[in-house]
Amino acid sequence: MYSASDLRKGLRVEIDGVPYVIADFNFVKPGKGASIYNCRLKNMITGATLTRSYRSNDTLNEPKLEERTMRYSYKDGDEYVFLDKNFEQLTVRAEVLGDNRFLLVEEIEVDILIHNDVPIGVELPTFVEKTIVETEPGARGNTATNVLKPAKIEGGYEIQVPLFINQGDVIRIDTRTGGYSDRVRTA
Amino acid sequence: MSGSSPLSRFQPVLALRSRILRAIRQFFDARGFLEVETPVRIAAPALELHIDAMPSGDAWLRTSPELHMKRLLAAGCERVYQLGPCFRQGERGERHNPEFTLLEWYRTNADYRDILAETKALIAAVAEAALGRTWIDFSRTHIELMPVWEVLTVTEAFKTFAGWNPVEYFDADRFDLDMVNKVEPNLPTACPVVLMDYPAAVAALARRKPEDPRVAERWELYIGGIEIANAFSELTDPAEQRKRFEACAVERRALGKPVYPLDEYFMAALESGLPPAAGIALGVDRLVMLLAGATSLDGVLPFRDP
Repeated sequence: MYSASDLRKGLRVEIDGVPYVIADFNFVKPGKGASIYNCRLKNMITGATLTRSYRSNDTLNEPKLEERTMRYSYKDGDEYVFLDKNFEQLTVRAEVLGDNRFLLVEEIEVDILIHNDVPIGVELPTFVEKTIVETEPGARGNTATNVLKPAKIEGGYEIQVPLFINQGDVIRIDTRTGGYSDRVRTA
Repeated sequence: MSGSSPLSRFQPVLALRSRILRAIRQFFDARGFLEVETPVRIAAPALELHIDAMPSGDAWLRTSPELHMKRLLAAGCERVYQLGPCFRQGERGERHNPEFTLLEWYRTNADYRDILAETKALIAAVAEAALGRTWIDFSRTHIELMPVWEVLTVTEAFKTFAGWNPVEYFDADRFDLDMVNKVEPNLPTACPVVLMDYPAAVAALARRKPEDPRVAERWELYIGGIEIANAFSELTDPAEQRKRFEACAVERRALGKPVYPLDEYFMAALESGLPPAAGIALGVDRLVMLLAGATSLDGVLPFRDP
């Protein structure tokens, strides 16, 4: 249980059973008046934000959150199965992963955020390696990285890559942006 | 100061602050005020519902020098001012620091309007001395500190920005919330703004307005939407003051807050006869912040914890 005076940017709290992270925090107090704790809160599941004002006597629950390091194992329909080092299994639904589901690689190590035993977020390593399965032939000798063309990786996910990238090349993708980073090896 | 210390970036603001403090002293010295120092560690902080003192051994750190300074008025001093540290428990934010510098000044045979005229002269003199001009750019807003100050009654401000009148019907909870979330953010910023005549319930030590006892003779100064000073005509009636302190003690106890002993030296001073008087507390760190164009106290307090 948190009291209003514990509130600060980055703190995770629970409102109506939903975990929120405090995105912005401001302590305000009118002259001779009561302390007011203004918060902008980000829903940790949907990303939606809301603003709330708390008073000194208000309390907030602490969300039951757990972070587990696991490895991606396989996809089963709309669900993605991860295993921890004791081979304990956890299933994550596609919508929790969002576009990150296309960036999963077998055996990749991820951090899964779990709220009341339900996975709500999956953090991938900063870079993942993927093979290009389809793109227009590369323009040989064109090493410019600012001119881009579409390319498909396994799973059919399309990203923008430089002109010199060929089908079969292995590239690195920055999972923070979902964009091309650099080429690891050529086909 | 060498350039390698993290403190070195405060060099310009320290110089500005030094000019501001000098200008404040020159202003009051020229007007025949006595500079005084009263105890920082005290036995009986003023009882106010939402101002909490920090314990210091078997005593408290002052939240304001008000009661001691009014004792000086009762003892025959006619004009006193003080610059010094005050402490308030749990107040930490962009515009709050648990330790801060207050300027307070008090005059006998004056009321809150006299203090307003004097505050205007002070701000003009300080800005002129510290910056060589009477305008500032603050948070992308150009503010002309002189010559116009817009005066709004609390009733007008609440009717305009919050849609209700706290003088007709007072709701303490809603008053504070709407003040910070609806009124303060919408106050005009082109010039200083004065909110005047507060509901009597939110003025523990102020006199009621004779023409309208529902309000207290209290005003607050806002510059750039930031509260800079709080002034009032002093309550000099010992019976009324004791009643308000005792009511506040009951409320504080109900909220589980520490209840400070009544300052009987102050009560005795009121009983011996305090002439009509008025006084003001002005936040010096916030004034420095405004004149420095900084939007947070982080920009002007070199030793503040992150």
